[in-house]
Amino acid sequence: MNKNIEIVQGNEACVRGALAAGCRFFAGYPITPATEIAELMALMLPDHDGAFVQMEDELGSINAVVGAAWGGMKACTATTGPGFSLMQEGIGYAAMTETPCVIINVQRGGPATGQPTMSSQQDVMQAKYGSHGDYEIIALCPSSVQEGFELTVKAFNLAERFRVPVVVLSDEIVGHTREKLRIPESVEVTPRTAPMAPPQEYQMYKVGPDGLLDGMPQVGQGYNILVESQAHGEDGNRKGNDIVTCARVIEHLCAKITDHAQELTDIVTLDCEDAEVLVVAYGSVVRSAKHAVRLAREQGIKAGLVQLRILWPFPDEALSRLAASASKVVVPEMNIGKISREVQRVLGGQVKVVSLPALGGELHTPQKIISELGS
Amino acid sequence: MHPLAEKMLRKSALPSIYCPGCGHGTVLNSFLRAVEKLGIYENMALVGGIGCSGWTPVFINTDTIHSLHGRAIAMATGLKLAQPKRKVVVFSGDGDCVAIGGNHFIHAARRNIDLTVVMLNNNIYGMTGGQVAPTTPYQARTQTSPRGNPEQPFDACELARAAGATYIARWTTAQPAQMAKAMREAIEHKGFSFVETVVQCPTQAGRYMYGTSSAVKLYEMLKDNSVKASKAGELTPEELTGKIVVGRLLQKTDRPEFTEGVYGLSDAKGA
Repeated sequence: MNKNIEIVQGNEACVRGALAAGCRFFAGYPITPATEIAELMALMLPDHDGAFVQMEDELGSINAVVGAAWGGMKACTATTGPGFSLMQEGIGYAAMTETPCVIINVQRGGPATGQPTMSSQQDVMQAKYGSHGDYEIIALCPSSVQEGFELTVKAFNLAERFRVPVVVLSDEIVGHTREKLRIPESVEVTPRTAPMAPPQEYQMYKVGPDGLLDGMPQVGQGYNILVESQAHGEDGNRKGNDIVTCARVIEHLCAKITDHAQELTDIVTLDCEDAEVLVVAYGSVVRSAKHAVRLAREQGIKAGLVQLRILWPFPDEALSRLAASASKVVVPEMNIGKISREVQRVLGGQVKVVSLPALGGELHTPQKIISELGS
Repeated sequence: MHPLAEKMLRKSALPSIYCPGCGHGTVLNSFLRAVEKLGIYENMALVGGIGCSGWTPVFINTDTIHSLHGRAIAMATGLKLAQPKRKVVVFSGDGDCVAIGGNHFIHAARRNIDLTVVMLNNNIYGMTGGQVAPTTPYQARTQTSPRGNPEQPFDACELARAAGATYIARWTTAQPAQMAKAMREAIEHKGFSFVETVVQCPTQAGRYMYGTSSAVKLYEMLKDNSVKASKAGELTPEELTGKIVVGRLLQKTDRPEFTEGVYGLSDAKGA
């Protein structure tokens, strides 16, 4: 038996991925269906010289993660709907202060307490714009245990590169599915690098020619950092009343993500080359969609699948290209059709977009998807 | 500029946001003196909350995190766990610390994590224009208690004691030297230490609650109303009404510190 292959739960795969990516700090609060992530972190982090803390609530969790990040640790938390709502304040803080961190949201049905044990994809818009104000983040959607591992690693790497909170938008189905996880011998890890500029010349928030900041300083390196949540100038000092500076801050927070949309496109396709009808899916729905496309092909329907592994920023350009010769696009998702509106925005002029929502916690059956592919 | 200010203030952040006569500058002064005496300027990190008080560490040229309203202690918890050897000090207001941040405050005390929390208590929400706080006296008039405060105030030191803090002191801006000494003791103490600093707020608390915007008069009131903790036991509850009990209120070493506990777990077996 291959020692690198194990049967694990999606939630455990996220933990393994986080540790492989260098995560050494976890702060969280128990909540179904994300609790296993906290449990495993509590068990495993001590063996990695890391620290686990169960905070008093999710407000505390996300803020402890931010504090640990500035203390020099790669840090993450995990939660679901209600906790994700509480974390929005801190996610906005991380966006504004450009703090790298990872938030795993194992989505369940909402709103409010909703459906604690049932899956959903209802938080996709909250992941993008859940906190107040204008900013952009990155969100990744695993559809399998393997992707739970791979996309968590990727989330940590992107958090470091773009100095941004990154959301792993898992869901209850992926989180609680047990299947094969092939753990690679090694993974590519983006290290945290100190600023190139020496402390006396260093400017906390000076944007480089690539639209990104100069490294990531940490407490204790002599930079005398000022992490400021009010709109700030390049030196970190408050500039809340300065119209030009504040506009520039917001433009920068958004542009550092949207200007790198191509690098931030992660799409997996199946049978798209000659497809006349495309399924656009993400997260656990991909599992059904794959099966549906295969069955449709057997029936002579020229169907293809576009899987969005990075949901935010939305891959406008790549999707447009892939759908160039399609006549219809079907978007099955476990919410009221939130991403179908994004697809409509991008493809509305060129192709018919059909939203296929599934509510209440049941995954689309392949048959349900096929029924939309034929006509 | 005073040599201490020259050495430790973040000049790019000045002038401060404090109103004329504000007591926060006295707390800043006492803190810088404590830092100098302890020799920890190179080995500290500060976290500020939101409100007038939360700006205090921003004016110090060290590693500073200006956090969210109420979240300073939670952020400091993560920072301390990432850098257990560093002295981490939180500056928080009374609203920041025991209203919106009350949950983080009591749980940090319960954990006995090695943080120092300096609470600047002006008995009112100053920055937003003088609203009732969890520390505002009963029946006091503020902008959101225009007919008198119907709520009872917290005694933050007693809250800290009940929650498990292991060092507690309270001083007013009328005792800056004692305040600096308490800060030294708090920072040196291993475990959750809490220093309540009672400060005058001429602009809001003075004007609305105490009938004067004179910093001098408010300062005199703080001085006259202070009662040493060693003497407080001799007074009846009636005699203590309106008084400020000052001094070192608690110092104990019998509770394990949290950060050491967390890093001691690598030797312990999992379930």
